[in-house]
Amino acid sequence: MSQLTTIEKLEILADAAKYDASCASSGTAKKSSLGGPKGRGGIGSTEGMGICHAYAPDGRCISLLKVLLTNHCIFDCHYCINRKSSNVRRARFTPQEVADLTLSFYRRNYIEGLFLSSGIIKSSNHTMEQLIEAARILREEHDFRGYIHLKTIPEADPELVHQAGLYADRVSINVELPTDAGLTRLAPDKNARQIEGAMKGVKSSIIEAKDAKKHFKHAPRFAPAGQSTQMIVGADSANDADIVGKASVLYGSFGLRRVYYSAFSPIPDASAVLPLKRPPLIREHRLYQSDWLMRFYGYSSGEVMAATGADGMLPLDIDPKLAWALKFRETFPLDVNRAPREMLLRVPGLGVTAVNRIIAARRHRVLRLEDIGKLTVSIAKVRPFICALDWRPTALTDRADLRKMLAPKQEQLELFAA
Amino acid sequence: MKPLDSPTQTSSYTVIMPAPDDFDFWRETARGLVQCGVSPDRIAWSEPGGAGDLFSGSGGDFPVPPANAPPPRASKRFLQVARNAALHSDPGRFALLYRLLWRLQSNPRLMEDKADDDVRRIEELDKNVRRDSHKMHAFVRFRLVEVNEPGAAQSEDHYVAWFEPDHHIVRANAGFFMRRFANMKWSILTPRGCLHWDGEIMREGPPAQRSDAPGDDPVEDLWRKYYASTFNPARLKIGAMLKEMPRRYWKNMPETALIPELIAGAQAREAKMVTAGEQDFGERPETLAAVDRAIHACRRCPIGELDNHAVMGEGPADAALMIVGEQPGDQEDLSGKPFVGPAGQLLDTHLQRAGIDRGAAYVTNTVKHFKYVMRGKRRLHQSPTAKEIDICRWWIESERALVKPKLVLALGASAARGMLGKTVSISRARGTPHPLEDGSELWITAHPSYLLRLEGDAQQEQTRLFEADLAAVRERLAELTA
Repeated sequence: MSQLTTIEKLEILADAAKYDASCASSGTAKKSSLGGPKGRGGIGSTEGMGICHAYAPDGRCISLLKVLLTNHCIFDCHYCINRKSSNVRRARFTPQEVADLTLSFYRRNYIEGLFLSSGIIKSSNHTMEQLIEAARILREEHDFRGYIHLKTIPEADPELVHQAGLYADRVSINVELPTDAGLTRLAPDKNARQIEGAMKGVKSSIIEAKDAKKHFKHAPRFAPAGQSTQMIVGADSANDADIVGKASVLYGSFGLRRVYYSAFSPIPDASAVLPLKRPPLIREHRLYQSDWLMRFYGYSSGEVMAATGADGMLPLDIDPKLAWALKFRETFPLDVNRAPREMLLRVPGLGVTAVNRIIAARRHRVLRLEDIGKLTVSIAKVRPFICALDWRPTALTDRADLRKMLAPKQEQLELFAA
Repeated sequence: MKPLDSPTQTSSYTVIMPAPDDFDFWRETARGLVQCGVSPDRIAWSEPGGAGDLFSGSGGDFPVPPANAPPPRASKRFLQVARNAALHSDPGRFALLYRLLWRLQSNPRLMEDKADDDVRRIEELDKNVRRDSHKMHAFVRFRLVEVNEPGAAQSEDHYVAWFEPDHHIVRANAGFFMRRFANMKWSILTPRGCLHWDGEIMREGPPAQRSDAPGDDPVEDLWRKYYASTFNPARLKIGAMLKEMPRRYWKNMPETALIPELIAGAQAREAKMVTAGEQDFGERPETLAAVDRAIHACRRCPIGELDNHAVMGEGPADAALMIVGEQPGDQEDLSGKPFVGPAGQLLDTHLQRAGIDRGAAYVTNTVKHFKYVMRGKRRLHQSPTAKEIDICRWWIESERALVKPKLVLALGASAARGMLGKTVSISRARGTPHPLEDGSELWITAHPSYLLRLEGDAQQEQTRLFEADLAAVRERLAELTA
């Protein structure tokens, strides 16, 4: 077989990496390329907020060069395009090639940094060493101070995982499927306990490094942007309540920064065990919304689960916050001039920004419905759930057809539904 | 007592800004005017090149604040947003800032009143400017130019970008690019002024034109390939893309030229992905004879295209035991019968020894056609790929659904995959029953051809295991059929 060119390898290995949803480059320690040990400064910076350098027509942000080192793999996970038994074209980068590509993209301001993952070649440890080598070349030979996200391999030696955290801003280990049964069925080579063990190891390294940093200024950083994980939605029979429950356990036990959900999408050369039809994209969106409710709106996982229907699924036509409000109507209407912050956050249509504005503004005036209109995006959605100086929803909150009134038109939800 | 509530001055003034983004100048001037009690309606703010207010007095001669005038007060939040709002391209921004500063003197907490129109406007300007800065950080695209200084030993890399911001944000963002690209020599050219960094010193330059920037960079081909490859055609969300990457930025970004074709091709690509995974076999055949006819016509994987014949299973149509091999070999292909070659003969010997009647069993293969490569005049056996096995599962399952065996014996890894849909290790899977969905049992052992390839101790050891497996199958079969 003839040697592949860089552009051919990039095509294969970027295509193979795109099923990882995360492209975040935020929440890491501040770094600047000015100054430093070599006098002339290095290359790259991170300033807390991530930057999306482009958007693809799938609506996803392109922030990092997201590639696999290789898509050869000795594992045979059914949902994965790179599994051993798949007929895809295979390619392999050297760590040096990945480092060079990252730099030439970074210098042209195409990216924030690198997200490197890999199929398993030879052994888990060998693969992990290759990933670390690419990060080492960037950090040590080129004084690269941009963002690096390394996917770690749960089966690899914990010492190697630790080394990855010293070079990377973020490390991640995918739990892949929400239930152990799903994992056993679809990823026969993976083991849920091993994955959790590796996540626990990363968590304690992060805590230790943070603690050391408090006492010693030059203590090494360990994954300052924390760890994240990804779950595939719709490849097995787990319902939304299972998924929300699993996510809340993951946030609680492993201190994860983010849990990503990836709607299972039909992959070329799919395995016979998988459904051929994709789950509606909107389901993934609803799960992210419920994730937001837990992380920023003070809902417990139990409360989000209470918003699911009898089949354990979140409604697709309305968002989970509205679903919760409709189910627990006795909580409303709330007086915008008196209600505490944590209750205002439960009003459908009021986001964190709007609630902050309302709380600041009501120190100065008694709010009328018109004022609320200026502080929020749309008053129509909010109206049935609030009281203001000149407004009471009276019977509106209790109307049987309230859901129908507030649910958006179906065709607006998913323009390109399958 | 609030002395500044009522204006003490009655003349009008025009302030001409030295630069459209000079916040510090505005601040100094505004402080003096507030101290002199000049009300907002008496000041016209003019940008360089902008039209001054013809009806106001001349600029430059401002009143001197009285020595005992209290310093003007402004909340922290005001200074925070004003610094950004001053960079907006709205010509009314300086007047708005002054009006707010004026009102803050009597109402120091004004900025908290988010329902106030002036407060909302300044917040909006601040937000627009922050967004424009953010888009500049994101969408500036450098192109590499190699500069050959006369006398220099080697060429020097110079990265040059062309960008068109909506607001006066260029100078304010110099720090960002300096912190990011410290060891690079770079320039950002814009119609609102330029930035040049040589690795040590930042210089500002006059406005530039698009033609001053380089027209191409070979790395953009790589970047475009990356952009096209990382896009998942199964998830088209054009609205989400346009919201964050509005069309007005597209002209200066190399990757955006691909968007129309990516969108146009997306649905076709997704459909192809689905059909590539799908094998629509239609209804299950109702008789073994129908299976026999259908497999001869099957061309769903490349093996069917080779010069070979399909080999149908053989044995009683209601057999309690089904024995499944990998695929027909050279002799099976020629004779049209399963397990007649060397491996078949070895299997017969062992079945006899174990006391299993081959004539009572239904004997068949996972893959129906012989897969081979030509070596001279010989057809050399080749293992089927997992994909080929998965496609052919349809036939073995059709046979199983008709024969309804109580026990299936899979010989080798290919047969095990054909029955389970996943790859298992023989050494771990052998010796125990695996329940199948229809209630029957699957037993897995090695393929007899594996025994043929071994020599010496290894062959003896594997033969012993193989015999043990067959013995266990015979016992279990006796229990199941009792």
